[in-house]
Amino acid sequence: MESSVLQFFQWFWNLFGLWDWVWSWFKPLWPLVWVIIKIVVILVPLLLGVAYLTFWERKIIGWMQVRIGPNRVGWWGLMQPIVDGVKLFLKEVILPTKADPWLFFLAPALAMAPAVAVWSVIPFFDGGALANLDAGVLFLLAVTSLGVYGVIIAGWASNSKYPLLGAMRSAAQMVSYEVSMGLALVCVLMVSNSLNLSDIIRSQGQGTFANAGLGFLSWNWLPLLPMFFVYLVSGVAETNRAPFDVVEGESEIVAGHMVEYSGMAFAMFFLAEYANMILVSALVSIFFLGGWLSPFGIFPDGILWLLGKMVLILFVFLWLRATFPRYRYDQIMRLGWKVFVPLCLLWIPVVGIWMMSPFNIWK
Amino acid sequence: MELKTVVFYVFAAIMLFAALRVITARNPVHAVLYLVLAFFNAGGLWLTLQAEFLAIALIMVYVGAVMVLFLFVVMMLDIDIARLRQGFWSNMPLAVTLGVLMAGEMALVLSTDYFGTTSFPDQAMPADYSNTKELGRLLFTAYVYPFELASVILLVAIIAAVVLTLRRRKDVRHLDPAAQIAVKHTDRIRVVKMAAEKEPE
Repeated sequence: MESSVLQFFQWFWNLFGLWDWVWSWFKPLWPLVWVIIKIVVILVPLLLGVAYLTFWERKIIGWMQVRIGPNRVGWWGLMQPIVDGVKLFLKEVILPTKADPWLFFLAPALAMAPAVAVWSVIPFFDGGALANLDAGVLFLLAVTSLGVYGVIIAGWASNSKYPLLGAMRSAAQMVSYEVSMGLALVCVLMVSNSLNLSDIIRSQGQGTFANAGLGFLSWNWLPLLPMFFVYLVSGVAETNRAPFDVVEGESEIVAGHMVEYSGMAFAMFFLAEYANMILVSALVSIFFLGGWLSPFGIFPDGILWLLGKMVLILFVFLWLRATFPRYRYDQIMRLGWKVFVPLCLLWIPVVGIWMMSPFNIWK
Repeated sequence: MELKTVVFYVFAAIMLFAALRVITARNPVHAVLYLVLAFFNAGGLWLTLQAEFLAIALIMVYVGAVMVLFLFVVMMLDIDIARLRQGFWSNMPLAVTLGVLMAGEMALVLSTDYFGTTSFPDQAMPADYSNTKELGRLLFTAYVYPFELASVILLVAIIAAVVLTLRRRKDVRHLDPAAQIAVKHTDRIRVVKMAAEKEPE
């Protein structure tokens, strides 16, 4: 792919007969430029996806509640996210009087940066990751665990009561659900025998069922069904989405850590939340639904399968929001520590014994 | 100068600055955040040593979990800087003694050849060398007993911490989720069949 992009540039500059001159000073910069091109190719669809995910969410929840949803701006309301973005961009950013000015504006950036940085290790198709890290899963866990700082610092720096309560809740909730997420991933790592995300996907394309042409039965969701459930629910909790949105529960603490933010500073938190949703959907697809692999042996693999699975998981996210009432705070803690963690701890030896037994289906 | 050396000095400089600010920052929350920055740069330094597993584990465990809880506690503190600075000079001699002692110990370890720190082998590993796999193999073969022992000690510490701080309060209303789920509608309401109107007398 790199060479065809280079060929395009060569063709373009040769129209002016300048290729040799351009290349002579451009060559040392090319590796950097190539990485930046790849980052742009990943980030622009991501941000567009975030914009239209908000639109889709409002539409879906509208339909589920027998309403129409946004339909005024553009055809079928399709311009709504763009207009929302422009509105947020033009709003004044307010700094509360006794807030900590440095940390107050550092917080939205700290929320946004991990949500974007993690995408560097996501493999979109075979060999299609920005960085094919050997310890990709660890990198992912490490960087996603940094997202909580944005919320905590926002809550403290605002110097206000509701944000502080939101920050406290978020700190406890995110640390708790990271434990069950990590333990659920241990089972995935055991059966795929690798920390590399691409290898984890490839290992799901092997085994008894995949060799019979029924790839979707050999993906991790079926043999590790309880872990699939734990990971999906923990993912919802980790992104502070309904029914686990006590961090910003509007009926209890207004908007939690975002109360004092306005304009683009607020939009950064909003972007980070939706980028994290898309990320969790991508991770569930990679760890449990076979990533870019096609469900049947007769279809070719490709990025479209990954996108389709992500859309499916995102729909589940929105569906959950329209369906379930918010959990009470102690119920969230109980579910994380007393249900999910023991379930994971039980399932790890089960998988270990299964792998050592003659009924091993992963060979 | 190699790029690696430049990276090392950048990480080291930021780390030293952050560590200095941890003890000089007036606001405890700022101090904790500087400590996070110091951990982050320590992780970066380990990455330059090709210890990617340890580096990422440092960020994951310390920055991602321990410091979050630390921040959690510090944010709840009632910060009164004037009271914090009380008794600074009376504690000074003890602090200086401890500091000099620690610096002396570190100098002893780092300056002698006994620990082999002055002749550290600079091994370049092949590209497909997996740090994580090697570490796992060592932990579960050569060091399996120390490893398991350490985990048992940690488990005991966790349980001890829970038991020491656990106090069952009698005056708190406690809800048992299992009992809540087991409730039937007949336990809660009684449907009484009766005529909608009073019979005319």
